[in-house]
Amino acid sequence: MFAEFGYGILVVSFLVAIYSVFAAVYGATNKSAAMVESARRSMLLVFPLLSLSAAALIYLLVNNHFEVAFVYEVTSRSMPTYLKVTAWWGGQAGSLMFWSWLLAAFTSAVTIRKWDRDIEFLPWVIVVNAITLIFFLGMVVFYENPFTRFWLVGGNVEPHMFAPLNATLFAAPDGNGLNPLLRHPGMVIHPPMLYLGFVSYVIPYSFAMAALITGRTDDRWIRLTRRWSLWAWLFLSFGLVLGGRWAYDVLGWGGYWGWDPVEIAAFMPWLTGTAFLHSVMIQEKRGLFKHWNMILVILTYSLVVFGTFLTRSGVLSSVHAFANSPIGPFFMAFVSLTLVVSIALVIWRWPILRGETEMKSMLSREALFLLNNLLFMSVLVICFWGVIFPLVSELFTGQKVTVGPPFYERATAPIFAALMFLMGVAPLSAWGHSTVQTLGRAMWKSAVAALIITAILFVTYTQNIIALIGFFLIALVLLVTLQEFWRAARARQRAQGENFLTSLSRLMGRNRRRYGGYIIHISMMLMAIGILGIEIFQKETQGSLAQGEQLNIGGYTVEYRELASWDDQGKGVNFTRAVVDVYEDGIYLGELTPRIDYYFDSQQNMTIPGNRSTFRDDLYILLVDWQPVSSMGATFKIFVNPLVNWLWIGSLLFLIGIIFAAWPDKDPAEEPVRAARSVRQTNAAD
Amino acid sequence: MQRSKFFLGGALILAAVVYLIFSSTQASAQYFMTVDEVKAEGSSVVGKSLRLSGAVLGDTIQYDSDTLTLTFDVAHVSGDNAEIEEQGGLAEVLYQAVSDPTRQRVSVSYVGVKPDLLRGEAQAIMTGKLGDDGVFYADELLLKCPTKYEEAVPEQAATN
Repeated sequence: MFAEFGYGILVVSFLVAIYSVFAAVYGATNKSAAMVESARRSMLLVFPLLSLSAAALIYLLVNNHFEVAFVYEVTSRSMPTYLKVTAWWGGQAGSLMFWSWLLAAFTSAVTIRKWDRDIEFLPWVIVVNAITLIFFLGMVVFYENPFTRFWLVGGNVEPHMFAPLNATLFAAPDGNGLNPLLRHPGMVIHPPMLYLGFVSYVIPYSFAMAALITGRTDDRWIRLTRRWSLWAWLFLSFGLVLGGRWAYDVLGWGGYWGWDPVEIAAFMPWLTGTAFLHSVMIQEKRGLFKHWNMILVILTYSLVVFGTFLTRSGVLSSVHAFANSPIGPFFMAFVSLTLVVSIALVIWRWPILRGETEMKSMLSREALFLLNNLLFMSVLVICFWGVIFPLVSELFTGQKVTVGPPFYERATAPIFAALMFLMGVAPLSAWGHSTVQTLGRAMWKSAVAALIITAILFVTYTQNIIALIGFFLIALVLLVTLQEFWRAARARQRAQGENFLTSLSRLMGRNRRRYGGYIIHISMMLMAIGILGIEIFQKETQGSLAQGEQLNIGGYTVEYRELASWDDQGKGVNFTRAVVDVYEDGIYLGELTPRIDYYFDSQQNMTIPGNRSTFRDDLYILLVDWQPVSSMGATFKIFVNPLVNWLWIGSLLFLIGIIFAAWPDKDPAEEPVRAARSVRQTNAAD
Repeated sequence: MQRSKFFLGGALILAAVVYLIFSSTQASAQYFMTVDEVKAEGSSVVGKSLRLSGAVLGDTIQYDSDTLTLTFDVAHVSGDNAEIEEQGGLAEVLYQAVSDPTRQRVSVSYVGVKPDLLRGEAQAIMTGKLGDDGVFYADELLLKCPTKYEEAVPEQAATN
């Protein structure tokens, strides 16, 4: 009953979305406001419809309806209810439906707003969003239907949506259960965060396309979607960070990022999104880069769909990939088609997208932003090359060749270093024109201080040249950025006669985007400290210990105390837990309990590290193996990961920075008039 | 004049990126090979960086926890996704590979933590080098168990 109901509603939503495309196109081309309104209302209907369908699926998931194939695949009786709900996005069919549901929600949110002066955008925004939705819903309705059920046909079990002839419904007694690796709280919210980020980027893209089609190519579309891009960036970043944290906590290899193709698939739209975030400011302030911004938002949208495709098609071997599926070619066709149509629109509107001024100085703020964009694009090209290289080489040489993490590390490290240097210089440069002299005067103090810090580190901490270059750049950026806060707040303090903290907070409140951006730069540097620490200074050791024996690593002594193993039938898990005592220079620091969880339903182990985290380093202990209970020997692998905590601290500050920059402060509709007028003033003043 | 400066700058960046990509590709390329291909090439691929995939034979898995040395054998499976689909999906192909004694096999040696997913009929994707002794020395070991992720149809036996 629920399965038919859910599927029926899916089909209805699909049809309603198709109707809204036709109504919107008709309304726009025949200047019929009534038809556009009809399109808008039908679009608004899709979200409640899909919510109903989702409710039906969740009902089936929670109530162990194992006659439904998707329920059978992703849940089992022993799973707690909240995991059964979140299993919605734990498999292919459900996650595509989840994507559609989010897109419907965002489209509703954007079509509900007051349109007033932007009413000519409305039909085209609906068209772009609805076509995207139709594509994803089409995948769900025709190929990856989460409501497909099992039928017993002539002694065989077959999956079908509707009953074949002479078939009876077949329900397995228990399901496969969600992959235990995915039963981690971080993993429960990691996919929705990524998806929120992915889907949010559809909105700026739809406005960009509306701007191209209507020919209203000023920066209105950028201003209207500024917050969408920021929130999209927030969710995507948060999703990436959560994925890293999950890998560190659960995957048990002492790392956080493995340059896996699917990680890169989520990283690529982040790169173009980051470039976009910077370059729209140039269009707003100087009226430059209009073509470029269009291309960036198109690329971001295509990479979002491409990323979903990489995760979902099984075209690449990866720990993330679900099983092979027939939807791959459809994704490729859709990405190619949207890319071709969008680029054709940009070419059509090329003449009216011309910049309003010209770039004059190589060191001006806008030139440095352009450089920033080129560097982000370079990282993108490297990542893209790495992902498609196996396919390319097979096509041309017949030999499948792949590149691993060393490729990405080697190729991107110099570019990341250049980006860091730019982060130190760009905030000091002026719009329009800067010279080496003005920049030098603004940054020499910070540069000298950063050199002194590097020299101290050389004497006391490390002689590794790459690490020293990294630490120099980090110190430079931190000092320059902090100096910017200091300088501006002092200037305001002098002018207004307030105390320093009042000045600082008012200053930041008035320029949320700029100071939010600086907070993000600082957080990036903290993350860089963590990355340098774990990449360059990670130490590891391993060994089998009898009770009371010790291992030494990086100043720590780890002593094996005891081991216990027990079953928890309710959860369907066997736990094996070791207890070790940790000492540093003879001082007792506490105990750690690395363990291995064995899941009966999926016959899979999960290795949970015991981790002691400080600002200086992490002591990360894995239980690898153990001997039968009588002798009580156990094998451990131990990592010391210096400074890695700064990666997580930086991630938190990073989120704070984005929220600070994106927090709604005033009605954005009132902004543009003033902003347009103040362009010239800012140029003069800045 | 200004324009040409910008173009020069852009060209320099482009050249740098192209150089980075090509030098890094050469330095870290790994050749995808199947067990059959490794056997056929023989000593000519010894010492080359390879990425080998095969079906794990459950009975051959041995783990010495003193030295953390893991050894097991893998049997040949096709490297082509389309071909695997044709033969009934990954789970089926892996099952056939381990139950067919005439398939080519390679011994694998890996030092490190025993992966959670390692067991019979898993697909092992290993990076490493082939030794003179014909053993594949893996530096990295990735496992895929299709049965666990999405099994299309429950076994009917389960109901009886």
